[in-house]
Amino acid sequence: MSENQNNPADTSHDVTVTPQAGTDVERFADPGIPEHKHRLTDTDPRAAKRAERTVTFLFVLSILGTIGSIVAYVMVPPDGTTSGVRLSTLLIGLGLAVSLLGIGIAGIHWAKTLMGDKEMVQERHPLATNDEDRAIAVKDLNDGLQDSGVVGRRGVLKGAFFGALALFPLAIAVPLIGSVGGDWNVSKFKHTMWRTGTRLAIDPSGRPIKASDVTVGSVFHVVPETTEEFRETHEWINEKSKAVVLMVRLNPEDLKADQSPPGETWSHEGIVAYSKICTHVGCPVALYEQQTHHLLCPCHQSTFDIADSANVVFGPANRRLPQLPITVDDEGYLIAQDDFAEPIGPSFWERLK
Amino acid sequence: MSTATQDTKHEAPAKPTTTVGKAADYLDQRTSIGVAVKEFARKVFPDHWSFMLGEIALFSFVVLIISGFFLTMFFEPSMALERYEGEHPASMHGQLMSVAFASTLDMSFEVRGGLLMRQIHHWSALIFMASIVVHMMRVFFTGAFRKPREINWIVGILLMILGLAAGFTGYSLPDDVLSGNGLRITDGVVKSIPLIGSFMSYMIFGGEFPGHHIVPRLFTLHIFVVPGILLALIALHLFLMVLQKHTQYPGGGRTDKNVVGYPAAPVYVAKMTGNFFMVFGVLALMGATMSINNVWNYGPFDPSPVSAGAQPDWYMLFLEGSLRLMPGQGTEWVIFGYTLPLNILIPAVVIPGILFTFLIVYPFLEARVTGDDREHHVLDRPRNKPARTGLGVAFLTAFIILALAGSNDLIATHFALSINAITWVFRILFFVGPVFAYYVTKRICLGLQRKDRELVLHGHESGRIVRFANGEYIEVHTPLDEQERWLRVNYDAPAPLTIAPKTDARGVKRKGYGADKRWQGLSRFFYEDRVSPVTPAEVAAAHSHGEHDELTGSEHQAVEAGAGTSREH
Repeated sequence: MSENQNNPADTSHDVTVTPQAGTDVERFADPGIPEHKHRLTDTDPRAAKRAERTVTFLFVLSILGTIGSIVAYVMVPPDGTTSGVRLSTLLIGLGLAVSLLGIGIAGIHWAKTLMGDKEMVQERHPLATNDEDRAIAVKDLNDGLQDSGVVGRRGVLKGAFFGALALFPLAIAVPLIGSVGGDWNVSKFKHTMWRTGTRLAIDPSGRPIKASDVTVGSVFHVVPETTEEFRETHEWINEKSKAVVLMVRLNPEDLKADQSPPGETWSHEGIVAYSKICTHVGCPVALYEQQTHHLLCPCHQSTFDIADSANVVFGPANRRLPQLPITVDDEGYLIAQDDFAEPIGPSFWERLK
Repeated sequence: MSTATQDTKHEAPAKPTTTVGKAADYLDQRTSIGVAVKEFARKVFPDHWSFMLGEIALFSFVVLIISGFFLTMFFEPSMALERYEGEHPASMHGQLMSVAFASTLDMSFEVRGGLLMRQIHHWSALIFMASIVVHMMRVFFTGAFRKPREINWIVGILLMILGLAAGFTGYSLPDDVLSGNGLRITDGVVKSIPLIGSFMSYMIFGGEFPGHHIVPRLFTLHIFVVPGILLALIALHLFLMVLQKHTQYPGGGRTDKNVVGYPAAPVYVAKMTGNFFMVFGVLALMGATMSINNVWNYGPFDPSPVSAGAQPDWYMLFLEGSLRLMPGQGTEWVIFGYTLPLNILIPAVVIPGILFTFLIVYPFLEARVTGDDREHHVLDRPRNKPARTGLGVAFLTAFIILALAGSNDLIATHFALSINAITWVFRILFFVGPVFAYYVTKRICLGLQRKDRELVLHGHESGRIVRFANGEYIEVHTPLDEQERWLRVNYDAPAPLTIAPKTDARGVKRKGYGADKRWQGLSRFFYEDRVSPVTPAEVAAAHSHGEHDELTGSEHQAVEAGAGTSREH
């Protein structure tokens, strides 16, 4: 009789039986705490002695572990190579582990074999305060409120009190918020350091690139050319975070389209340069697949088609990578025609404003 | 009066003679610590292996503090740029890097035991989060969040969120390529927030990404603010646990009005101390043998390079996966010239928001649809609450699918699969998987409950086959002993809420009927399918069903010969 009780109407059973006299028909009775079972160490003194010896041995092992760890610290100094550091780490760590596990296992073994294991029962009491105490508490609170002299009158006093409390944090918060964001000039997101005529340089060497050096199929990680001193500053890291470009030379017949507006040419003989900052959340889009001309972001797998205006072909990015308009100067070096025509990188609220 | 004083003087306990006794007396005269000792020394705690999951989290936190203290002695949270003068590792010599990264290299290569402590610290963080999550699963599936523990459940959720914050602020400190790109993703997510996103990005980085403020700021958060709040909330968490007394698993003699177990001293003192050293020992073993976050392989942060196959720490994978799964096409909206990037907001803000909201509201939701206002101290067996167990497994399924999606590139490279195909499979699974998991889990629970009924009604299969005079064979079943039976019948199977009718006696429409109706609908979702516990009457009925079953009781051996003549089924 395994009833299917999925139907709530079906919860009662069609079997009617007269219960045996003296038993509850609805609920079984709690049989009480199961009979206590003695452990081997409770009944056999030899087993107890054995457990005691095991615990002692483990504590001694722990002491040896500590000594071993200190010996390793002194005797095996890392020689600076990665493997030397690894060996030192391994030996000190193993000593520490033995030292700790010795104490841990000993303690638990002691508790499980030698300490009393007879179940104990304690009562729980309802968590709510009893009515009497609660009445006293309410009365005390009311008395306190009465003593404060604000109940039912002195509205202005109350208002001033809460007003003062609410306002004083501003004296700390305003200077903090005023300064925590630097100059708060968020329009910097919209511009990079590319200017008309800035040469394209190789990242990280900073060497400018000649168009003739860019062979078909090759990929260049590009930064704007700048001075050596500037490249050692934080400003450079900030600017580089926006200005990095990935440049590829395609067979001109493979290049289906780029982002040049009518009447302009943003690429140079199959050389196209796109912002390397993903339009999704800003990872550097660094994985270029030569066969398909796809550019893949390793962070979230947004995929852009370099041969077709860097349009999104897969993944969570919504917009194509902005193109850096390029040309060559008199000496044959690749230069930017201008900054990117739109803000690079991830979207933000006032991006198009 | 004077005689009374005399009397009490005579009855006062003897002055302590031992050193410990004297010290205790000294302390007690100044702190009345005896009251606390009387209260706690033999306080009973129930015993079960799953109760130590939370302990593992606690002890990992202690290890984090110990190893973290070690690291702060050597780490310099500065983004000032320097040429690395150190000889080791050779690949880093002479490179331009932040002081933070240089000091990380220094503490790994020059400080003896420094790399060990770094690795122990990192592994502890991973185990800390893992044990929190598993502890939460134990609490959820056994219903330990029910009254009076709803507040402690929420404290626990806050602890988990703070654990995420601690992990995130910690692994961003070395200022290497991997952590820098993690911060960059954070920046991208923050910028997507409508109206204030750009300003929040400036607030975090003190200007444009990456600037030179973020590491010192994260450092203060990581070693002061977050652990400070964590410590305070852990104290509250444990205080509430002691105040409310620990829950216990169901069994004979265990009720909502008592607590059955072992005394704090000496058993729990020994076991907990032992457990602490075990946790620390295992973490030390992990730190010694398993290398983690070898920052010198990534190099100092540079906004241009990025490594493929990069994952965040495991507890952040669900966010990473959520970002990866969201399709980008058509999900960035421009409204009056303002950009609303839903392709980031939905996966990075809305989805985690839904997940955390579910965890926070669940105890209150379940109490409401159960119509339950009692204190619960005896835990549920997960099978006895099929809808809750189903929802929990569905939640975990969603979490695991997102975490796997956060590793979709590794899955693709390890199993030589198309990343696009994997992403599409996960996109679909994210919606289908939890529903399927809910359904299957609930069915398994109901099946296990029926199995319990079956056992209680008919007993264990004994393997003993009896042949009757007429040639018929039956197998004899052994009835359950009363402890086994109690475990299987001692639960509630609540029915869906009943509500007052739509109109009152005079036919006037009742206010609030619509809300009641909706709650009832939700209650049906929880409790429409249920298996009631076996009642003694049913057992009696089963036994009188046919003489075959009479055989199960040994006292009925006498009828064996005559049995089988009146077959009912």
